Amino acid sequence: MSEVEKVYPAGLATNIQKPIADPGIEPHRVRLTDKSEKAAKGAEQQIAVMFGISIIGAIIAIWGFVAFPIADLADTRNNTLWMGIGMGLSLLGIGFGAVHWAKTLMPDHEVSEARHQARSNDESRAKAIEIIKTADAESGFTRRKLIRRSLYGALAFFPIPALVIFGDLGPQVGDTLKHTIWKKGVRLVRDSAEGGTAIKASEVTIGSVFHVVPENLKDIEDHGEKLNQKAKAAVLLVRVEPSDLKEDPAKASWSYDGIVAYSKICTHVGCPVALYEQQTHHLLCPCHQSTFDLADHCRVIFGPASRPLPQLAIEVDAEGYLVAQGDFTEPVGPSFWDIRQS
Amino acid sequence: MSTNTEQKPTTFIGGAANYLDERLSLGGVLKNFGRKVFPDHWSFMLGEVAMYSFVVLLISGTFLTFFYQPSMASVHYEGSYAPLKGAEMSIAYASSLDISFDIRGGLLMRQVHHWAALLFVAAAGLHMLRVFFTGAFRKPRELNWLVGFFLFLAAMGGGFTGYSLPDDLLSGNGLRIIDGMLKAIPFIGPSISSGLFGGEFPGDEIVARLYSLHIMIIPALIIVLLAVHLMMVIIHKHTHYSGPGKTDENVVGFPLMPVYVAKAGGFFFLVFGVLMAIAATFTINPIWNYGPYDPSPVSAGTQPDWYIGWLDGALRLAPSRMDVELLGVVLPFGVLLPLVISLAFLAVVAAYPFIEKWVTGDDREHHVLDRPRNAPTRTGIGAAGVVFYAVLWAGASTDLIATNFQMNLNQVLTSMQILLIIGPVIAFWVTKRACIALQRKDREIALHGRETGRVVRLPHGEYIEVHEQVDKYELWKLVDFKDYQPTLARPNAQGKITLGSKIRAALSSFYFEDRIAPVSKAEYELAHADHSPAPSVEKPKRKPRELVGKK
Repeated sequence: MSEVEKVYPAGLATNIQKPIADPGIEPHRVRLTDKSEKAAKGAEQQIAVMFGISIIGAIIAIWGFVAFPIADLADTRNNTLWMGIGMGLSLLGIGFGAVHWAKTLMPDHEVSEARHQARSNDESRAKAIEIIKTADAESGFTRRKLIRRSLYGALAFFPIPALVIFGDLGPQVGDTLKHTIWKKGVRLVRDSAEGGTAIKASEVTIGSVFHVVPENLKDIEDHGEKLNQKAKAAVLLVRVEPSDLKEDPAKASWSYDGIVAYSKICTHVGCPVALYEQQTHHLLCPCHQSTFDLADHCRVIFGPASRPLPQLAIEVDAEGYLVAQGDFTEPVGPSFWDIRQS
Repeated sequence: MSTNTEQKPTTFIGGAANYLDERLSLGGVLKNFGRKVFPDHWSFMLGEVAMYSFVVLLISGTFLTFFYQPSMASVHYEGSYAPLKGAEMSIAYASSLDISFDIRGGLLMRQVHHWAALLFVAAAGLHMLRVFFTGAFRKPRELNWLVGFFLFLAAMGGGFTGYSLPDDLLSGNGLRIIDGMLKAIPFIGPSISSGLFGGEFPGDEIVARLYSLHIMIIPALIIVLLAVHLMMVIIHKHTHYSGPGKTDENVVGFPLMPVYVAKAGGFFFLVFGVLMAIAATFTINPIWNYGPYDPSPVSAGTQPDWYIGWLDGALRLAPSRMDVELLGVVLPFGVLLPLVISLAFLAVVAAYPFIEKWVTGDDREHHVLDRPRNAPTRTGIGAAGVVFYAVLWAGASTDLIATNFQMNLNQVLTSMQILLIIGPVIAFWVTKRACIALQRKDREIALHGRETGRVVRLPHGEYIEVHEQVDKYELWKLVDFKDYQPTLARPNAQGKITLGSKIRAALSSFYFEDRIAPVSKAEYELAHADHSPAPSVEKPKRKPRELVGKK
């Protein structure tokens, strides 16, 4: 039985007598470089060659930097490639050289070193306990309850301001999650970098899809705020055969002659639901594959989403352009705890 | 003090060493550590790969900080990548493009940084698996397992925060998913999201905040944890695989100087060199193809970096329509369930050494590693965990699997959901049986030798296959492992059998009921007595002695 097993009871482990005694470390296998001075010389040369390749690699990398100043994309490609290859060679040369050196020329006799238990010896432990007791007695930590308890109190309270100070990381949520910038009469415009154009109902042919934002989005000056509003207001506009729509009578007036508009923000975790399948009228979110039935008020038919995509009620203004009847009647995007509370 | 005047340095290096030693007592340090023994095995390199990848991350990341600007203020791009010329974008994205196209070596450093991050997490994960399957987490190393676990989490966190910095379309959608997940947390979710983004998603703060985390908080955390991790390796000394001459009281290997300085030092250059070669020749994260972040567009077939895949997969595998309303409070279980399951999985990983220790009751120090087959239940549990993780991970690619293999997306997803539940069970069972079968084979070889394939006919007409006895070193490898027996629920001092004791007994029999004991001296001698002079094949195997337990 070993020393370790003696000190600590072995729990449920059993000790079976081994068939043979531990034969000890396996005998060293003699390498070619141990036997032959010529082979050792050869290894030495190989290692030197590898270190030499490293130097050449470094030179290639420097050349790659100098030879391809940025003018066009081909230069970017070339200096990335040649500096990378050069630096790679330079590093690999040193690496292979050093490892080859260790494996061929440095001793490969396994040696054994004694371990010690992690546990300090009894003497040290006794000494340590004594130090703690002395410190306790000298400071009166245990004896002077008032000091100790008030210290605990202070230690409990002092980090709280450090948390409170982060209170202004973000504003109160308020009802920002429940409203978008869609309003009655706001035109639906194409989502494009140049500031999209309004869409006439007559332009929306059956089966076509429009990525839409509210016209008043472009009035927002601040870039960050514009993205915030766009992140909620993005809409997908599709026209289907009116007879294909399974419309709730209460929402029949929300569509216009088969043209329907739904929030593009997935009710799962908020990715844009950008894929439309014409034949089945399914909308698919590319992030987590939540699938919504456009013909049936975007009911969830597959994937991890729970709520249907909110519908934007639309109508046509005097000039024939599509406009919103108002904001969404429910929050868009992912569910949160008070989403049903107004 | 006057005694050390005897050694007078005569060379420059000698002089320098003398100078340092007289001020820092480095001689003592070198005396203690210079010939420290490290065991040699390829699997011990996995942790090294992780550490060296981290060093590469520090080096390449420092370069990137000189050019990157963590601002979400809007600019019109004027760099040399023509397709985006004039486009409105954040300064963060524009400076990432500048690093890629207008700074020599910038793209190389971006790519080496990204590849190193992928390798860092991969190597750390494989290192964790090595530690798990060989039982290296047992006493006295349980705490180091925890440190390593937090290192792995920090590595994932470092990866994710860095992934989001270029503020491109792909990473922006990744952040949006994080935002959606945060909002699902009951009561505090929307506030956490507002705190993180400085208001509504995406806002104009998040990139700067992630930057602080990415270049300061997380690297500092990793450096501290890594220092503790390595310090514990020095305190405990490295484990070694079982083998002749290797015990719990010694460490067998090669000395630090010169062998490991050359091997491990050289290995750093190898890891760095391979990463550099990959970065030079393989594009990673071509942000210029994705465009600046815009909340409306998204590309199909998007994938997170590999180490986030399992979390994304968990989100995808949740069933439909899981919002539950309770007293006016909506609980989006479609998001909460994956979140809770992922956290529970991580908690089990972190707690495993403590669970196993409680079940075995083994309070000894273990420095000799288990061969995975010699701990069949642990290996089975590990395989179950790997399969669970792998299914979640593959779950993040359901759409790509469906399109590339022309399968039905819905069926792929449903199969994954089923596989997530039954896969680990099957993996556990198959692995455990395979381990036990391998152990039986080991016993067979230890007792009767190897099959040589040489069939001979004995004088009385019997045919036998000649078995060749293994040498003593090989034999030792086959028989040197620890053996456990299941425990029974025992009454405590008050004479009561507590629930805890019952659970422990049940777990103990789950672990050790089916077990193969190592060959004992008596068995070995018996087998060899029977076999001399020639081995006989008709001898019935003593199966019941080997397999203790039910059935």
